[in-house]
Amino acid sequence: MLSKTLHFLGGDAQADRVVPPTGFTARLTVFAAAAMAFLTVFALALSLATGRLADRWGAELGKSSTIRVSAPEEQLDAQVLAVMEVLVTTPGVKDARPLSDEEQAALLEPWFGPDLPFDTLPIPRLIEVIEDAEGYDADGLRARLAGEAPGAVLDDHARWREPLVNAARRLRALGLLSILLIAATTGVMITLAASAALNANAQVIRVLRLVGARDAYIARAFVRRYTLRALAGAGVGTLLGMGAVAALPAADAAGGFLTGLGFRGLHWLWPLTIPPLAAVVAFAATRNAAITTLKERS
Amino acid sequence: MIELDDVSYGYGSGTLLTGLSLTLAPGSFHFLTGPSGAGKTTLMKLCYGELIATHGAVRLFGQDAGAMTRDDVAMIRRRVGVVHQDCQFLDHMSLAENVALPLTVSGRAVDTGELSELLKWVGLDAQAGAHPPELSGGERQRAALARAVIMSPEVILADEPTGNVDWEMSLRLLTLLVELNRMGKTVLIATHDMHLIRSAKAQVQARVLRISNQRLHSAGADL
Repeated sequence: MLSKTLHFLGGDAQADRVVPPTGFTARLTVFAAAAMAFLTVFALALSLATGRLADRWGAELGKSSTIRVSAPEEQLDAQVLAVMEVLVTTPGVKDARPLSDEEQAALLEPWFGPDLPFDTLPIPRLIEVIEDAEGYDADGLRARLAGEAPGAVLDDHARWREPLVNAARRLRALGLLSILLIAATTGVMITLAASAALNANAQVIRVLRLVGARDAYIARAFVRRYTLRALAGAGVGTLLGMGAVAALPAADAAGGFLTGLGFRGLHWLWPLTIPPLAAVVAFAATRNAAITTLKERS
Repeated sequence: MIELDDVSYGYGSGTLLTGLSLTLAPGSFHFLTGPSGAGKTTLMKLCYGELIATHGAVRLFGQDAGAMTRDDVAMIRRRVGVVHQDCQFLDHMSLAENVALPLTVSGRAVDTGELSELLKWVGLDAQAGAHPPELSGGERQRAALARAVIMSPEVILADEPTGNVDWEMSLRLLTLLVELNRMGKTVLIATHDMHLIRSAKAQVQARVLRISNQRLHSAGADL
């Protein structure tokens, strides 16, 4: 298989010459492959980023929850203490701690700015709860909190987390669907370009047949040319796409909520599969177009 | 080598050739003549698998032409050299590349020495690098002949090879074809040029066939 591929890519210089250079379809194929590869990089980045988001929201946030304590100021510390005592004795709770004033201020800063008069406002206290692998019984904990600390409300994040996780998963699926549609569109464009070239070269096909060329030879001359054009175009498009993704704002700069649309770590290797896949699509599309055209002309 | 047995050929509802039988024996030389539109080119095409008879049997080197795949036809074309009146070249390739095309498409190496010899034989060695549109009618015909023989085929079919050239060039082409016949090649020339046929008399023993009224006739005494 590898030797066949290398032989195909290496080609036969003399055989390549039998098909005349076709400026318009050549440029069309290279441009289409480059544009589609560029779009595929973004669709891939979207899929991978939303995948990370779904994993993060599904797994990491799923292991944490928050207890909000609202009470008159003189009872606030007592109720926080009562909640902590309940949590210590609750099976499934790995760790729990009240957020400091600074941490709460940091959480509110994006909405109210840095100059919030935190001390003068009746802001509820937040307690972060980390579950162990087993997890806790949320209904049981709520019942105990109602008895021990009436101002405490457990928020296990399920209410807002599930729709977000579902949305992220759907976005990932849409990203993958986009990649498939881009691949199909690339195939259609290359089929049209190859068919146009085959029809424009009817005389070439006639001469080649006259001198004893087999259909496989004629098809190969066209297929190799279009495959290499698609490979080159997709290579350029992929590099441009990767450059554009690399130039996107970093996750930290864009805020922690979005994990950043760029690639992370080994995910940068994924776009490198686009040019060879584009070449495979071009190979299949041109081969099909060539076989169909040659059959019609026999 | 090439046998046609009670062959008919028609386009749509019309019949062009009917009840036609012909055997091209190894080393034979035939002229095919007849008025324009009589079916000379069609008969030639039947002889190299370009067309399939609508009735009767065509056997090319023992194979039934009607049952051949496209690959079989390609293999047959490597054993039959064809010269067309309009030559049919790849204009973006040089004359030498065009002449070597049958070797290229069959995956055989091109021996530049032999190619040069062949071009010299047809008097085109000086034009090896020229492109087909730069050649005269006679040069194109000789190039087509060189291309037809480069694979050393057993049969050479020439369809009006002198149609676009002057008398001197016609005689030169005829001489080349006669030389090939002397080397043992089977030659069939379709032409309506009776002067050319008469000129061949001194050089070769040939049969003259005539197509008229859809049928093939032996045209009088052999030359």
